[in-house]
Amino acid sequence: MADEIILLDFWPSMFGMRVRLALAEKGLKYEYREEDLWNKSPLLLEMNPVHKKIPVLIHNGKPICESLIIVQYIDEVWCDKSPLLPSDPYQRAQARFWADYIDKKSALSFWKESLEKPYFGGEKIGFVDVALVTFSCWFYAYETFGNFSIEAECPKLIAWTKRCMERRACRLLWKIHTRSMALSWG
Amino acid sequence: MANSDHIVLLDYSVSPFAMRVRLALAAKGIKYLIKEEDLTQSKSSLLLKANPVHKKIPVLIHNGKPVCESLIIVEYIDEVWKDRCLLLPADPYQRAKAKFWADFIDKMVYPSCYKVWAANGEVQEAGKKEFIDRIKMLEGELKSNPYFGGETLGFLDIAFLPLYNWFHTFETFGKFSIEAECPKLSSCTSLPHPHKVYDLLVDYKKKMGI
Repeated sequence: MADEIILLDFWPSMFGMRVRLALAEKGLKYEYREEDLWNKSPLLLEMNPVHKKIPVLIHNGKPICESLIIVQYIDEVWCDKSPLLPSDPYQRAQARFWADYIDKKSALSFWKESLEKPYFGGEKIGFVDVALVTFSCWFYAYETFGNFSIEAECPKLIAWTKRCMERRACRLLWKIHTRSMALSWG
Repeated sequence: MANSDHIVLLDYSVSPFAMRVRLALAAKGIKYLIKEEDLTQSKSSLLLKANPVHKKIPVLIHNGKPVCESLIIVEYIDEVWKDRCLLLPADPYQRAKAKFWADFIDKMVYPSCYKVWAANGEVQEAGKKEFIDRIKMLEGELKSNPYFGGETLGFLDIAFLPLYNWFHTFETFGKFSIEAECPKLSSCTSLPHPHKVYDLLVDYKKKMGI
């Protein structure tokens, strides 16, 4: 039976983008439904009655909420392709720790961490990369409002962002995001 | 796992977060060494080295490698010692649900707890209402099962149980009955020393000027 996957989302949301990126990395087809956060749909309120927030992944009618929990769910269900979390329990704990840190502290402070390998996941994109890269869509806004250059402050991380953007999944996400931005702001 | 595993837990006896890790280790029958930190004094050099980012307990040091953040540690324990007493369900959807509610406890329930024991007046009253509303949501997840994990203790039970140990403290500071509001949650087996938690909080409030 074919899987039915619906994503309730809001296009600028960095948290929603994480889920879109994970779905793209796994090559999964899904229905995207844009929410108006000032007029939430009955479906969103039914699927996430606790927080009433996007993103919500609805897989064969069952809702999963909270972006990092959704990404881990996607990784476990579609475990045959493009693993996002490492197989070693200690490495998995490290990836979860840094993703949790990104959510608790500001993503900008994480960007000052040194990066030894091409990605935080090592040689391939991984859980921490998915957790963090979507914040890069907001670079322009941060730089404009904050009047500073992120590349001057964190050149290694800009290099990492550019590497991520070489991946088809990230490029598609970036294209959709910038097109949505242009449509919204005219 | 091999009998040569060396496991150290950097701990603080009344911390509900550290208690989660002790519960998980006990559920798996794992032997370990406790190193108690006194959080009202300066932190040990071992803690600062093992958790340089947050400088907090609990930290599990497994064969020299530190793992931090209580729920991440519990999941790590479940994955390493997967040959016994699984804490997370095998089904990915049930796993996601257990993690969602554990995350709810951390994001939504604990912040309201602080208002109950540390605040006064209107802030405390608002905190009490918020706390009860939120644990009632959690109580709904028990359904007709004895545990959140179903017939046996699971990940969400371990995430919740240490909080139950603080109910007596919240009721005393807040002058209200949690059992009257949430009888199902209150019927959980009591963990040791809830009065010890209260005494420690009274002392902590005096020291910190709260």
